[in-house]
This record gives sequence, structure tokens and C-alpha cells, in this order.
Amino acid sequence: MTIDFIINQFTEIIGNFPVAAFLVACASVGGLLFVLMALNAMVAVYVERKVSAFMMDRLGPMGQGPGLHAGKWGILQTFADAIKLLIKEDTIPKSADQILFKVAPFIIFIGAIIGLSALPFSSSIQAVDLNVGVFYIIAAGSIGVIGIVMAGWASNNKWSLYGAMRSAAQIISYEIPAGLSIIVPIMMSGTMNLQNLIEYQSGSIFGIFPNWIMFQNPFAFLAFFIFFISAVAETNRTPFDIPEAESELVAGWMTEYSGFRWAVFFLSEYANMFVVSGLAVAGFMGGWLSPIPGFLNSPVLGLFWFFGKVSFLIFVMMWFRWTFPRLRVDQLMYVCWKVFIPIAMLNIFGVGIWKLIFG
Amino acid sequence: MADIVFWFVAFITVFSAGMVVTSKSLLYSAYSLLFTFLGVTGLYIFLWADFLAVVQVVVYIGGILVLIIFGIMLTNKITSVNISHSSMQKGVGAVVAIGFIASLGYMAISSPWLQAANTEPAETTASIGRLLLMDYLLPFEVASLLLLGALIGATTLSRKDEDG
Repeated sequence: MTIDFIINQFTEIIGNFPVAAFLVACASVGGLLFVLMALNAMVAVYVERKVSAFMMDRLGPMGQGPGLHAGKWGILQTFADAIKLLIKEDTIPKSADQILFKVAPFIIFIGAIIGLSALPFSSSIQAVDLNVGVFYIIAAGSIGVIGIVMAGWASNNKWSLYGAMRSAAQIISYEIPAGLSIIVPIMMSGTMNLQNLIEYQSGSIFGIFPNWIMFQNPFAFLAFFIFFISAVAETNRTPFDIPEAESELVAGWMTEYSGFRWAVFFLSEYANMFVVSGLAVAGFMGGWLSPIPGFLNSPVLGLFWFFGKVSFLIFVMMWFRWTFPRLRVDQLMYVCWKVFIPIAMLNIFGVGIWKLIFG
Repeated sequence: MADIVFWFVAFITVFSAGMVVTSKSLLYSAYSLLFTFLGVTGLYIFLWADFLAVVQVVVYIGGILVLIIFGIMLTNKITSVNISHSSMQKGVGAVVAIGFIASLGYMAISSPWLQAANTEPAETTASIGRLLLMDYLLPFEVASLLLLGALIGATTLSRKDEDG
């Protein structure tokens, strides 16, 4: 079910109104993606609260019953949070750059949602099926950087500016190992189309193991971990959250934001987590294919497998967040430039040799 | 439908390019450049060059534009917000601009444009790769050597310690 399919359906039912069909298709797909984004953030925030509570033995979010603890299992807390964010006063500092301050959340939001539009949720459900899908999602990530730098500068606050600078340096650095590792699946499958990439991973190894790219050779296995860790760094999450390091920079580039504009940043952060996990799942973990070869593979169940794998990776990101301390700036750059990039380059070389020998 | 989208994209490209030139604030110019680059990406898509369009976003928006903004922010004191640029030598500038437009316009009108069929090519990325690594291998390798040289040069120039 791509956007073209909706345009065709519309033309069949209503008649030939190309402009109307285009607008309806874009609005409906965009609306669905936005709903996905909002639901993803709501569920992820709730899960993050629970995961942190269990990992750090915090009593608050583990309690139940009315009063101090919000509803059964703390479910009401999420709704209270959402309502609070929507009705909270939205302040803009007097000395802030009024135009850029307001534009920045839109740009970050656009950077997050256009990445979602290329993800293959199932063999038949995908907003746009692009020939260069893998590369497109990498590119979508780089638009958000502009928004972050814009937000940091427009706030006219030293913490914001430092946060934005760190964020830009971090994201453009970690794009390199992420990009170099995602080349490995592209080399192995010979395609950048996400659906073809996933179809390439169907079948099994020795009849038992799933034929996922990460299990096909040792270089791809290593590439998956480099890609995933770089992806965590690109989403600015702990242990790579130096751009918003609360003990040094208050809240980094979002210090001056409040209310709904801040909620947009929040939504975009969780959407970015979803996008990078989705790309990792499609590129290395077989996308919508079942983890047990030939078992329960159907377009509808594909949706379940895809969301299941993505949820697992998002859970791993939360696991990182609550178990690792934050890196220093120099450690961050050391890991990227002196560890990941050389290994990623060796991976490309190794996969090339592997392809030559084993075909 | 495609016409409407094309004119929309073309308008954004030209309008934001105008903003880049006329804006008084250097930073506003840099941010207007974002929309110019996005517009050019759209134009590439209209030419069926999907790979080139994505490269445009990765290289120009994700790399060059971020570096430009970075440069503007780092060269000024963090507290001084007054980053502006104004026009100088307007007469000479106008002559150069008009001459440039005239020569470009002459080229555009006089050159015999190739008319390609308006159909989606079967594979863009694969054919680009084949051309780069088979027919144009030498220019490609020379360009990469040049870039490597520039990279080493930049690192050497920006080193602070004398003995290094």
C-alpha cells in the first residue's frame, strides 16, 4: 500500500482529479505517519519509564493504585504527560531570534517524518517504495541537524549554542561509520531498494537459522553493531547525549523551548529512534521476515515481525541509556574516528573479498 | 499535476536563492540556502536522477551547509549576534552579474539540448557505478587523490603544535 496505490484508488472512485488525488493521498499518508509517530512516542515514553524503574529499582513508576501512583502500572502518567505538554505555556525568550526559533521545530519534525515515509512496514505497506531507500533514510537524518543548529542559535543562550554545536559535530561524525556500515548490506544484496533488500534475506542458513544479512558473514555481523551504535549516537541518546547533557548544559539545544514546541522535539527524537531501528532491521535483521525461516510469513504478520524487531532495538537503546554513563566529548570523537571508521572500512574490504570467494 | 509541483519546486528554489543573496544576516542567508538545496533536489527528482537527488541532500545539506553554519558560529563571538553582510562595489558587481547572465543565457539558448524520453530509467545507481569505475576510472581516482590531498593539507594547516 504505497502512496501511488492510494492515488489510483482515489482516481477509480472519484474520477480523474489529479490535484485532489495527490493532496488526499499525501494528507492521508502523512496523517497515518503522524499517528504512528505520536503513538510510538507515547508507548516509548511509558516503556522507558518502566524500563528505567526496573533497571534502577525506582519505586515511583512501579507502584500501582490511585493517588500518588498514576493508575494501574502508572499508565495514567503517560496521558497526564501528553495533556501537560499540549496545554503548557509556550514561552519564547525576548532576545531569541523570533523567526528561526519558530521554524526550527518544523525542520526537525520534517527530518524525522520523511525518514518514516520510506520504511518498509510490511511487504505491502510502505508509504513510498524508493529505488534508493537506504540512502534516502540516511539523507533524511541529515536534515534534522540543520534544525538542531537553528534551534540552538536562535535561542540566544550559551547552553543552547554549545549543545547545538556538539550535536552537529556528533551527528555529522557518526553519519560516516553509519553510512559505511550500511554499505555492507547494499554490497551483499546489490540493491538499495528496501523491499528487495529484505527479500534477499529470505530463506535460511543450514535450514535452521534465518538468512539475515548480519548472520551471513562475520563482517556483516560486525557492521550491524557499528551501524546500531552509530545510530544511537545519531539520535543523541545516552550514552551519547553530550549535546543535551543535563549536568553540564541544562538541556542543551532545547533549553529555551517549552510547551508544544518542546513536544515536537520529543516526538522527533522518538521518531528518529524508530527510523534508525527500522533501517537496522531492514538492512541487517530481515525486515518483515519471520525470525524462524518459513514460519508464519505473511504480509499481515510481516507488520508484526517488523514492529517486534524495531521494538526490540528501541528497548536495547533504552537498556543502553540506563546502564551506561555518558561519554566525554573526546571519548566520543575517539570512538567514532579511531575505532568505528577504520573497522567499517575494513568491513567493506572484507565483504568485497568474501563476495569474490563465496559469491 | 507534475507541472504544478514542478513550478512550486522551481519557485522555492529561485525565491530562496534570492533570499540567500539579499538577506542582510549571514546566518539567514545560510538557512535560505537549505531551501535552495532542497529545491535543487526536487529538480533532480524531476530529471529521474534519484541517486543524485539523495547525494545532493547528504553532501550539500548534511555536509557543506552544516559546515557553513558551523563556520559562521565559530568565527563570531558567541555573545555577538550582529552577523551581517552588506553589498559593496555595486556598479562593478552589476556589470559582472549582467555579463554572467548574458553569457549563460546565450549558452542556454544556443546549445542543442538533448531530448530524453520522459520515462523512468531502469537503474540509475548501477549505471552511475559502472560509468565511474569503468569508463571514467582515471578521472574518478584523480579526483579522490585530490580530495585526499586537500584533507591532509587541511589537517596540517589546522594543527597548532609546531613540533608535530
